[in-house]
Amino acid sequence: MTRLRWSRRKGETVEWKGGYAPYDLVKELFIAIGVVALLAVLLTVLFSSPDDRPSTISQWSREQPVNFVAAAAKELAGTSDTATYGPPYNHNGDGQHAAFLYPQKWLGVSHPINTAKDFVIDPLKTVPDNPAMQSAIAQYQAAPEKTRTAWAEAFAKPLEEYETALEENKAPNRDVSVDPTTGSVTVKAGQAGPVPIMMSGLLDLAKSGGLDGSLLTSRQFFQTDYTKPLLFMADGGLLAERAEAQHLLGDQWGMMNETGSYPGQTWLWLYTVWYQVEPFKTSENADILVMLVMGVLSLAFVCIPFVPGIRGIPRRIPIYRLIWREHYHEHEIEA
Amino acid sequence: MGALPPEKLLPDDQPIYVASWIYVFGVASLAALVVIIGSGVILSLKGPAWWHFTGIGHFFNSIHLWSVELFFFFMVIHLWGKYWMAAWRGGRSRVWVTGAITFLVAVPAALTGYVSQQNFDAQWIATQAKDGLNSVGVGAFFNVTNFGQMYSYHVLLLPVAVIALVVAHVLLVRKHGVVPPFELDKGLGSPAAPETAPAGSGAQGAPS
Repeated sequence: MTRLRWSRRKGETVEWKGGYAPYDLVKELFIAIGVVALLAVLLTVLFSSPDDRPSTISQWSREQPVNFVAAAAKELAGTSDTATYGPPYNHNGDGQHAAFLYPQKWLGVSHPINTAKDFVIDPLKTVPDNPAMQSAIAQYQAAPEKTRTAWAEAFAKPLEEYETALEENKAPNRDVSVDPTTGSVTVKAGQAGPVPIMMSGLLDLAKSGGLDGSLLTSRQFFQTDYTKPLLFMADGGLLAERAEAQHLLGDQWGMMNETGSYPGQTWLWLYTVWYQVEPFKTSENADILVMLVMGVLSLAFVCIPFVPGIRGIPRRIPIYRLIWREHYHEHEIEA
Repeated sequence: MGALPPEKLLPDDQPIYVASWIYVFGVASLAALVVIIGSGVILSLKGPAWWHFTGIGHFFNSIHLWSVELFFFFMVIHLWGKYWMAAWRGGRSRVWVTGAITFLVAVPAALTGYVSQQNFDAQWIATQAKDGLNSVGVGAFFNVTNFGQMYSYHVLLLPVAVIALVVAHVLLVRKHGVVPPFELDKGLGSPAAPETAPAGSGAQGAPS
């Protein structure tokens, strides 16, 4: 038999004067650990875990040579996504903003990347015994910036047209050809200066695996920072192609999912859902808008005990009567 | 110790209203966290690449993955249950706040694990997550494409934060006890009021 002291004083719960049942917290915890561990083992035996091999620049350049050369030409021209990203990688843009908030710009360039130098020129300089290549690099670097950009864009344009035609299932541009045996790419671009030689050399370096290593090399022997190779690959099409096949693109609920039929980070659903709806879906500032919305919602979530209205909902919707049904049932009989 | 004498910290009994399956999910979340830490320690001992080329490594990685999935599953149900109990009543607002922050800190703890996997998932998630983090300036000091930094966050900094928060949460539950049912009007129709209350006015009970 339970006893309640009826109290209505605002803002208090009543002191429990009712019955108590024997309880062993430690025992309960150990039983729970055993059950959950068994459940995890069962799920492991049944479903294992995904481990799709990572992509490499070597793989990308071999499987999609035109896409690789097109991306590299954009890096050289300074027109790729990374080249125009802005902070934290470079000053070639302000990054995203919301109204007067420019946090990306305010925090500045913390991981400086010059795509032409870091992704193309510096790796090519590591190629030994190739005077023609070194001469091409010297010619490129000696030219005025305007000329360099014009050369790179003249080379990139037919490649972009070729890729667009393939995407739209149209006949590809004849100015671009791929040797199916060697995987080399030839681009007919009259005003490209030394760029064709540089791009051909970069493709060879990439296919050999040398570019993967070159983009990781810094002043230290041991490396853990994959920012450069990841950003370079993200500017191309291989990662996105694999992601689309695995339903990982932004409009497919993005990184919340995982390769294969695994649940992934389902707890990110509220973050991901905004990318599926307007105005976020088509906004150029979608990321900062979504992050701000989630910031406000997260704060509200933490502060629920102090938010009038939301904190009162559980009292008005009697789900608590299901949770404590025995307790209320007993008191109904008592009454 | 004054606020948490042994009989409060490890009680021999609990109020009889603590009699619902919903109470299981709090301790289940704790248990999943223990399995996460155990499997994570084994993976850490052998290094980040071990699980890619050994069957036993893959087994422990799978245990780690599924215990994380279970942890979030249990925690979400636990949070919903506590919301519908208005479990912040009776001076228990800090119990709710520490629980909610634990959930929010667990999200980057899991994310750093996903981007530390060294497989295609890690590549894709890192290149996608960077944009959201960069947009608010976080990318300037938290670089998801830097494996070394993410691994440090995943195996040390964020787990320590989660464990500290969970410890604080459980101690607060022990201090204030499990939130009691809403008081009833004499007509037994609707519960009488309270939403928040002074500390220490509740009953004792299980880690909820």
